[in-house]
Amino acid sequence: MQWGSASEFFAMGGYGLYVWVSFGATALCMAWEVLAVWRRHASAVAESRDAS
Amino acid sequence: MGINWFKYSSPQAFHPLAGRMIPWFSVTALALIGVGLYIGFFVAPTDATQGDAYRIIFVHVPAAWMSMFLYVIMAAWAGLGLGLNARPSFMMAQAIAPTGAMFTFLALLTGAMWGKPTWGAWWVWDARLTSELILLFQYIGIILLRASIDDLRRADRASAVLALVGVVNVPIIYFSVKWWNTLHQGASVSMTASPKMATTMVTAMLVMTVGFWMYSFAVTLARMRCVILDRERQPSWGKHSSTQEAAEAR
Repeated sequence: MQWGSASEFFAMGGYGLYVWVSFGATALCMAWEVLAVWRRHASAVAESRDAS
Repeated sequence: MGINWFKYSSPQAFHPLAGRMIPWFSVTALALIGVGLYIGFFVAPTDATQGDAYRIIFVHVPAAWMSMFLYVIMAAWAGLGLGLNARPSFMMAQAIAPTGAMFTFLALLTGAMWGKPTWGAWWVWDARLTSELILLFQYIGIILLRASIDDLRRADRASAVLALVGVVNVPIIYFSVKWWNTLHQGASVSMTASPKMATTMVTAMLVMTVGFWMYSFAVTLARMRCVILDRERQPSWGKHSSTQEAAEAR
């Protein structure tokens, strides 16, 4: 373990901005994609139920 | 031949099967990404030359690999669809494209985040970066071409041809760092040479990659279910299609 404290961890040796934007953007994109597919499926199920 | 694979190739059978598989892939993806992040942030040491900025590779490299893997898989389904005239194959290709595009975008974005502190530039017109940007345009082109054609059969075929032709860019991306003198560094992991990084770093990268694979399986299967349901409602396809209309026309 190389981190002395939480603030040291978040600072990432001065590269905090770059590291956290990278990981944050990846997490956001994945979460958004999961949510989008989820909602698309829910509306597709609802519409096919209406149609039949 | 105990299993009748053709049974699962029909969209009606695929829908519930995919529904049972999605939770398993999701849980595995979450667990692997969690372990990968733990190793990447708490076990892997700080890099001697790049400091902690190098930790970006734990998302950058898996995202870049997925962008290429998913393209090849999408093109393979598209080719299978063209060869066998199989609608489910076209639908798989359709379900994969947005996830591939997302990973390509993330590879470029995280690459810029790594490039700024390490090279001093967000972007350079280097062969690796440029060919990866072209891959993003290919994904977008395939999605837009499909969306622009109303006739499903023609949309399937046109986007499949575009996907197949574009597969030539994948080896160009992969070998760009060898063929040209690029600013982007060479392959970090190869089948033939021992890794050029500490074992914990390679482990974190590989665990994250397998996690991204599982995520991709889960999300493309889920999107495949949407595609099946959407197409079943289309009057030109599904249960109410040609046979019934042909009978009415007679």
